[in-house]
Amino acid sequence: MRTILALALWVCATVGIAAGSHGPELLDANVSLGSKASLQRGARTFVNYCLSCHSAAYMRYNRLVEDLDLSEEAVEKNLMFTTNKIGNTMTVAMQPQDAEQWFGVAPPDLSVIARSRGADWLYSYLLGFYLDDSRPRGMNNLYFPDTAMPHVLWELQGLQRLVEAQEDAHAHRGPTLKIAVPGKLDPSQYEKTVRELVSFMVYVGEPAKLIRYRVGFWTIAFLLVLLAATYLMKRDYWKDIH
Amino acid sequence: MNAVVKGLVELRDWVDDRFPLMQLWNDHMGRYYAPKNFNFWYYFGVFSMVVLAIQIVTGIWLVMNYKPDAATAFASVEYIMRDVDWGWLIRYMHSTGSSFFFIVIYLHMFRALLYGSYKKPRELVWILGMFLYLTLMAEAFCGYLLPWGQMSYWGAQVIISLFGAIPFVGETLSLWIRGDYVVSDITLNRFFSFHVIALPFAIAGLVVLHIIALHEVGSNNPDGIEIKDNKDADGKPVDGIPFHPYYTVKDSVGVVAFLIVFSAVVFFAPEFGGWFLEHNNFVPANPLKTPDHIVPVWYFTPFYAILRAVPDKLFGVMAMGAATMVFFLLPWLDRSPVKSIRYRGPIFKTALVLFVISFISLGYLGTQNPTNLYTWLARGFSLIYFGFFLLMPFYSKVDKTKPVPDRLTG
Repeated sequence: MRTILALALWVCATVGIAAGSHGPELLDANVSLGSKASLQRGARTFVNYCLSCHSAAYMRYNRLVEDLDLSEEAVEKNLMFTTNKIGNTMTVAMQPQDAEQWFGVAPPDLSVIARSRGADWLYSYLLGFYLDDSRPRGMNNLYFPDTAMPHVLWELQGLQRLVEAQEDAHAHRGPTLKIAVPGKLDPSQYEKTVRELVSFMVYVGEPAKLIRYRVGFWTIAFLLVLLAATYLMKRDYWKDIH
Repeated sequence: MNAVVKGLVELRDWVDDRFPLMQLWNDHMGRYYAPKNFNFWYYFGVFSMVVLAIQIVTGIWLVMNYKPDAATAFASVEYIMRDVDWGWLIRYMHSTGSSFFFIVIYLHMFRALLYGSYKKPRELVWILGMFLYLTLMAEAFCGYLLPWGQMSYWGAQVIISLFGAIPFVGETLSLWIRGDYVVSDITLNRFFSFHVIALPFAIAGLVVLHIIALHEVGSNNPDGIEIKDNKDADGKPVDGIPFHPYYTVKDSVGVVAFLIVFSAVVFFAPEFGGWFLEHNNFVPANPLKTPDHIVPVWYFTPFYAILRAVPDKLFGVMAMGAATMVFFLLPWLDRSPVKSIRYRGPIFKTALVLFVISFISLGYLGTQNPTNLYTWLARGFSLIYFGFFLLMPFYSKVDKTKPVPDRLTG
């Protein structure tokens, strides 16, 4: 038993020194799927700013009716711009060939982007745009260097400039970003907007997440009762075995 | 009530006159005598049967909605996750089940190493088990292509290209496996066919053979003593108890405990931090875009690390093949007079600990970018891995063993 414990500890230690990542450390997205109002605001930002170029082709509009406590009318009026059937998925009118000509690359589908990139990456990326004259559109990104995507949320965030590490007091933390031109929202409001947007994208990545934990809790609760019952049965059968 | 019982007994007798129903029941359950001191490690056989059942049942339901077509496979998995009622649960049970299958099989095999379950007279049980393990690897490899994500695609591309290292026939062989010059829709179709028909059939058949062989010679136990050497006047092993009801009720407890752990992963961590469902596999397969970092799923990575540790591709492939095949020789490599770790000497115990450390370390190194340090570590651990097997005839013979008692010690 002692050997097994020692082995287990050693495995934890090995896995602990895992993944030495490169690039700046990601910000903590701190997403939450608990508030329907917050997910609704995230959905609004998503359809207004993302869905003009990106699709979410596996996500159906009427799923929002069920999951986000919205009426069909509310979804049709406020969130559906590219189709008139509520059972359709979130497709986009832009042709991939056109997109490739305009941006150099077709914008990826966003259905499961939160699962491939991770919430923290999306959050950091949307906070990571800064002014850079060397880029064709004058913008670059701290977390995705030379990204092809324009800073679509610039009117909300404003424009940032890069502060090199040595200028900053906390030199060891690498380069940081400072607001150069303020936008419509102050930094904390913008962070909240992005956090709600990313939370919505996490939900879109896996709508079942809204019920998964609850079903899991009851499943395990049932199994624990069953465990007690089977254990008592076993003890009864085994009482004459020595 | 009485009439119902009477009817059932009559039905049983009617069947029994035409089919060896009671004989099968008694041979494998009611009068199969198992040692009374099975411990924790003896649960993993029944756990692997539970996982097999989960995989078959969830697999049937997945196939109802999955499309084995390069153009629609990825979308059909997302369709299952979103639009099929409880599809997400069925899919997560299946994906978690594949990783759990390997966890329980590895622990089941480790049990055999602990208590010498592969030693005479159980060599055939062990060999049939090894065939099961190899078939399971093929089954998992084919299944992993089906979601048609980037890791599915490039993992298959890399592994199939390994066959290309074989002299003369290599390129033809990998072309024959893929059915195309790259992994394509054709490959997806044949892997689907293997995954849902050919290999599950083989696994089910091998499970039957594995159990028939086991029940012929009888189960080993943590003491490594043959309970059949000590029989009472009726010819029943003194230290044996009927499998049913004793082990059926005991295994029920274990299975429920197992299902709790399984559910915890299915419901609360189905991706398991990218180890069970890799992040990059949520990007649809793109034959034109090679990912920076291609790694197989965790259960193949010990062998992948051995492959990469060898500088030459052909010898690397041979080393990887040898790393799996060497298990077959175990019954003849082990020259120790005792079976169980309880009566083995310090050399075997040390060797086993080193082997487990190497296996896990190689598994970890196989998932990482091969830096200089990591490559040298992988080489060192590969040597220990092979040393455990190839030096066994010597160290198991000279090791100082303890006397084995006549009866089970509990």
